[in-house]
Amino acid sequence: MYTFVSVWLVWIAFIVFIGGLIYRFVTLVSMAKKDKVIFPYMSLKYSLRSLVHWIIPFASRNMRMRYETTVVTFAFHLCAVLVPIFLTAHVAMIAFSWGVSWPMLSEAAADGLTIVVILAAVFFLLRRWMLPEVRFVTYPSDYLLLLVAAAPFITGFIAHRQWLDYDVIVMIHMICGAAMLILIPFTRLSHMLFFPFTRAYMGSEFGAVRNAKDW
Amino acid sequence: MALAALPKVSDPGLDETSKTLTKEQINKVINQVVDKETAARFETYLNTCVHCGLCSDACHWFLSNDRDPRFSPVGKVKQTLWEILKRKGNVDEELLRDCSRIAHTECNVCRRCSMYCPFGIDIAYLLLTVRRICSLLGVVPQFLQDTVNSHAVTMNQMWVKQDEWIDTLQWQEEDARAEVVGARIPLDKEGADVFYSVIAPEPKILAQLIGNMAQIMRVAGIDWTMPSFDGWDNSNMAMYSGDFETMGRVERAHHEAALKLKARRIVMGECGHAFRGAVYDGPKWLGWREPPIPLIHAVEFYHELITTGRIKIAKKFETPVTVQEPCNIIRGRGLGQKLREIINATCSDFRPPEPAFEHNYCCGAGGGVINCGPPWKTSRVKGNQVKAEQLAATKAKIVITPCHNCHSGIEDIIGGYKLGMHVKFFSEILIEVMEIPEELKA
Repeated sequence: MYTFVSVWLVWIAFIVFIGGLIYRFVTLVSMAKKDKVIFPYMSLKYSLRSLVHWIIPFASRNMRMRYETTVVTFAFHLCAVLVPIFLTAHVAMIAFSWGVSWPMLSEAAADGLTIVVILAAVFFLLRRWMLPEVRFVTYPSDYLLLLVAAAPFITGFIAHRQWLDYDVIVMIHMICGAAMLILIPFTRLSHMLFFPFTRAYMGSEFGAVRNAKDW
Repeated sequence: MALAALPKVSDPGLDETSKTLTKEQINKVINQVVDKETAARFETYLNTCVHCGLCSDACHWFLSNDRDPRFSPVGKVKQTLWEILKRKGNVDEELLRDCSRIAHTECNVCRRCSMYCPFGIDIAYLLLTVRRICSLLGVVPQFLQDTVNSHAVTMNQMWVKQDEWIDTLQWQEEDARAEVVGARIPLDKEGADVFYSVIAPEPKILAQLIGNMAQIMRVAGIDWTMPSFDGWDNSNMAMYSGDFETMGRVERAHHEAALKLKARRIVMGECGHAFRGAVYDGPKWLGWREPPIPLIHAVEFYHELITTGRIKIAKKFETPVTVQEPCNIIRGRGLGQKLREIINATCSDFRPPEPAFEHNYCCGAGGGVINCGPPWKTSRVKGNQVKAEQLAATKAKIVITPCHNCHSGIEDIIGGYKLGMHVKFFSEILIEVMEIPEELKA
């Protein structure tokens, strides 16, 4: 079981994740050709202008209107991407298998950033409950997606602290991680892939056609 | 969550037409629109939205209705498109009626929300897709549909007949000549520098605006013309009802009228939606990347006249003024700075609104909402309390609105909230302050 999860499931997850992203990207491009307005209006300059204003904290008016959401959202996304890539245990496993490695986070830093991800997920959960405009558009799938995104970090944290049966928790952790990777291309977590493209199109339309700012 | 029922508004365009439809008809149209008329934007927008609600604060309807989530941009998409897709197009007349109410009367497609969505999702486009479905099924507010019918039959919005149109221009020419010597409205002149077009409400109910323009053109020495034939009306309510076939016909007629007269450029009167239709939505539908001949809005034209000195300012307008920045020329064309410059050039006491420029609130009337007519006026005025508060805070007496929809919408808000202000088009300010050379004074 452990071997199946740690070898096969991880491989399957990465193949589905990368294959899924490629599939979604290819279908996006072919649909974009059908949607006749997209390519004629796309502009690299205005795409980048828009992206820059939306990946820098507080560079857009809406981000300045909600400081707490902006801080938490940036912290969540940054940590959720950085921790798995630079975690000592992950890097060591890859180094052990393939002989390649890269810089690692210190244990304290990894712990801290993982807690940031978990607390941010709690914040998103509370936001869904407490703000009527968010609660109104919340489906059960929104809770599920939040759980899918947070679970690898919660289980990873528990495993690292060795609070419960380590082997079981590590296995659950790997299953959660695999589930997240598999689900990214096929659920609303695909905003990871689509964010730059939706922004680029809107940025192009605002910049090149409407001569206006979109931030 | 329990939300109080919204006041019921009777509108035969929704109530009666929706009753005549079968589920099969509804399903067929939904599938046609979703499968054949939409592609990457529709799919990606729906799959990318993480239901975060961050677009809510962008919407004047949401802000003005005590933050009722039914009025947030994503809330409107939830009640319409998400519901339609969840039911796989098996939609009953009740949902269809709600879809039309929400998409046609409770969203101005002002696109402010796409500046607040972190992904830049064009929520207005999604609601226009809902309008498209409703329109193909004939479920459109009656007053709005009437203007579309008028477009389809007469190529203008208000059932103006050709003899009435020409007669009105002659009458306005005469009036203009009473103020400025030699003022003319040249009809069908070939090769003029400017082809001037207006929206049909001008000849119908605001004819003096055309007379004003005749005076301005004469003082500025512009070589201009207007067509005596179809294509003179640049407005386009079909763009907003969802009848894109009619929208395309109207836009084509407008551009072709200018081409037929071999004009060097089109100058459009002070209207926002008409400009949007001519510069963007129309060409997109017709498969043109850009309009075939250069086309500018009146604000750009006045800016040119003032900055080049063709129009000189005799005495500035002294009453405190503020501005309603029309979505379709500010957020839609970046004319905010030019509008400020012509106001500052002509008015001595300008009170800037807050928020401003691209971030200014919609007037609540645009996007075809005011054209849904009297049945929806109460909800429309209630849905823009935030605009009333914004205007009141400027303590101005006059609101300059270079857009017809804004003009009427702001007038309703001023009346509804008793703000004690007045609305003026920019040309009404310009006509008061411009210098008329001695030899042209009548």
